[in-house]
Amino acid sequence: MTVTEILFWFLSALAVVSAINVVISKNPVFSVLWLILTFFSISGHYILLNAQFLAVVNIIVYAGAIMVLFLFVIMLMNLNNAETKKNKWLKVAGVIAGGCMLLVMIAALKDADTAQQLAQTKEGNIGLISYLGKALFNEYVVPFEISSVLFLSAMVGAVVIGKKGD
Amino acid sequence: MPINYYIFLSIALFCIGVVGVLTRRNAIIIFMCIELMLNAVNLMLVAFSKMHHVNQAATNATAGIDGQLFVFFIMVVAAAEVSVGLAIIVMMYRNVHSVDVNFLNRLKH
Repeated sequence: MTVTEILFWFLSALAVVSAINVVISKNPVFSVLWLILTFFSISGHYILLNAQFLAVVNIIVYAGAIMVLFLFVIMLMNLNNAETKKNKWLKVAGVIAGGCMLLVMIAALKDADTAQQLAQTKEGNIGLISYLGKALFNEYVVPFEISSVLFLSAMVGAVVIGKKGD
Repeated sequence: MPINYYIFLSIALFCIGVVGVLTRRNAIIIFMCIELMLNAVNLMLVAFSKMHHVNQAATNATAGIDGQLFVFFIMVVAAAEVSVGLAIIVMMYRNVHSVDVNFLNRLKH
């Protein structure tokens, strides 16, 4: 087993275990903390795939900004009462539905044409910021500008929705 | 690493997100599971972009860069989505004093 394989299996196990803990935690604060761990392990995968820019952006945007926003909202709401009147069969049905989806997708994709090809790890320079930046500001400059309009509208929307009174 | 390992890891994370959306009743946790599903898709896109890069590297030195830019734009859209979605959840909490989605059945009556 090479170092890359050991890191891959370790990060995969960490991602899956912490994702399961996000779903089964009773306390929403613990769910947020497990989700942050999931995002860090996905960032580890990005580093393993040599997508360094996306790894850093993932940590800054997801673990840094979005999860802090979630934590703020949860702490502002002071949610210490547990979820009320759980229907046990609804949960069983949800788990069965998700498991069936997992089964069908794995069965459909395990013999796909691309399944034996390799994803390049540790090398290749398309994930570096100089290459991504050149592509972003040449071919993708229009979507980049449109996303700024999206951010502006999201900002206005959040303020309008969150405003007290009407 | 073979691409199918990444495919199976992404499917597993995505399905855990689906199970969370279907079983939990807390709106914030449902929202977090949606973020988890978005991240599973992002991981898949990056893995496929690296696969495409190593296949096409002889003819095109920057093959596969589009996949990583798509991931970047998905992150941008997710950030905007979270800000609006959390504002909606806060408003819902202010109106019904709960974030349990079972209480949001006013359209049924």
